[in-house]
Amino acid sequence: MNILAQVLENRGWLLADGATGTNLFDIGLEAGEAPELWNFEAPDKVQSVYQGAVGAGSDIILTNSFGGTSARLKLHNAQNRVKELNERSAQLARDVALKSGRRVIVAGSVGPTGELLHPVGTLTEEEASEIFSEQIEGLLEGGVDLIWAETISSAEEFRAVAAAAAVHSAPWCGTMSFDTAGRTMMGVTAPDMVQLVNELEHKPLAFGANCGTGASDLLRTIIGFTKANPSVPLIAKGNAGIPKFVDGHVHYDGTPELMGDYAVLARDCGAAIIGGCCGTRPQHLEEMKRRLLNDPKGSVPDLDAIQERLGAFSSPADGTEDTAPPIRQRKRRRG
Amino acid sequence: MADEEELILSDLPDDELVLQMHDDLYDGLKDEIIEAVEILLSRNWTPYDILTKALVEGMRIVGIDFRDGILFVPEVLLAANAMKGGMGLLKPLLVETGAPRLGKMVIGTVKGDIHDIGKNLVSMMMEGAGFEVTDLGINNPVENYLDALEAEQPDILGMSALLTTTMPYMKVVIDTLIEKGMREDYIVLVGGAPLNEEFGKAIGADAYCRDAAVAVETAKELIARKHNQVAAS
Repeated sequence: MNILAQVLENRGWLLADGATGTNLFDIGLEAGEAPELWNFEAPDKVQSVYQGAVGAGSDIILTNSFGGTSARLKLHNAQNRVKELNERSAQLARDVALKSGRRVIVAGSVGPTGELLHPVGTLTEEEASEIFSEQIEGLLEGGVDLIWAETISSAEEFRAVAAAAAVHSAPWCGTMSFDTAGRTMMGVTAPDMVQLVNELEHKPLAFGANCGTGASDLLRTIIGFTKANPSVPLIAKGNAGIPKFVDGHVHYDGTPELMGDYAVLARDCGAAIIGGCCGTRPQHLEEMKRRLLNDPKGSVPDLDAIQERLGAFSSPADGTEDTAPPIRQRKRRRG
Repeated sequence: MADEEELILSDLPDDELVLQMHDDLYDGLKDEIIEAVEILLSRNWTPYDILTKALVEGMRIVGIDFRDGILFVPEVLLAANAMKGGMGLLKPLLVETGAPRLGKMVIGTVKGDIHDIGKNLVSMMMEGAGFEVTDLGINNPVENYLDALEAEQPDILGMSALLTTTMPYMKVVIDTLIEKGMREDYIVLVGGAPLNEEFGKAIGADAYCRDAAVAVETAKELIARKHNQVAAS
């Protein structure tokens, strides 16, 4: 039995962590700096973010390695440090997990390359896979339990992560960001992703959605997954509300109470692994854990109930309606 | 469809060829677009007419379906790529013939922000719509914008930010423009995932653009408005 299944067997749900970026910015990371460099420059601060999540009750923490591919690190002229930066992010997390005195899963965060993949862009799936493979090697050497890809928007890039994890026989999870009218930027719908996962040779232990727009949209995506009969547990990692610009500063408007509601609704929708993304701090996680422990699991809410409790959807539809989008009438098709 | 007869572009009369080009742009068929542009040139169409009636109009349709959630980024990029194929032929001719330009844009992701996909999409769509675009890349301090505005004399300044921590830098750039008395010289468009209309207004931009298609539409509209104002005064 895999590590997630073992833990899920005991309780049926797991609390993941919040937003690494948000929390690092809170303690002085400057915009434009690569958070990964802090694994060496400010390891105590990186560990304080890990500890914040563990202290709030997270069962899974993600390493500070989201931008840890050579494709992203080259923007900071650190493309030659892929192995050490990833390895170190994992060691720091493992250390916090060990000291917690309970079982905390360390997941090695893998973010998108930031490049457009073929056929839209020039990076091939194989090249992307090599880029991910290098990062994954570092994470595994640092002692992660599994690999965790997040905020992916194209099917090609998701497959590239799967292939890279397969190279190292590493267990992995993957989430995509559904931020464009219920689809990913590249047009992937929730049922599309279920099919994508089903067709993978090296299947993830769990998959799902992260980031995107508000918590409501994210839950609509989870319902979309459930309806397509996913074969592995679902992950929900939504943002703490929606960013607002107040007095020259930006903050996410999601309160701990809202995120507590979101967490139990996510479970009702069918998610087994529940966490936060942008704007999610330890105080949100604490409330999420409290509610998940105290509230009984309910039935799947309808979309109106979700809107009522978490706010309006960003778009009326999410690409999974029964009526297919209008197919453009073509005058002529080429042979 | 394999059993359908192969379509010979050069057999089509002008009006049908132009409609076919709209279809081919929609389908991202670069080679066909290049071929069709060559045919229209051989039929003595002006480069400007080919640009506006065939290519820009075709991309306008693509933009509408993108806005309405029928097309997504991959299709739009392939369409823009096909458009660029045609533009490669037209660009030198447009300059030669002194055709009116649609507009020019300087765009860049703001200081502290290293995200570039959204900005690249806007660049590609703007070029696809026939605009000249100077892309400053990522992590631009205000000086980069000022230098580029000076050097390029664009109609539009575009700024992108994907981080809530870098969004406020857009205001720094706009405030600097105001301070230097340059703000009214440019149309300022802002975009990026965490932004919204309210934010665009709060920092003094002309418009917030939700996505690349909206950016193109907004750019066209504001440029037309500006021209009308100039004509009226």
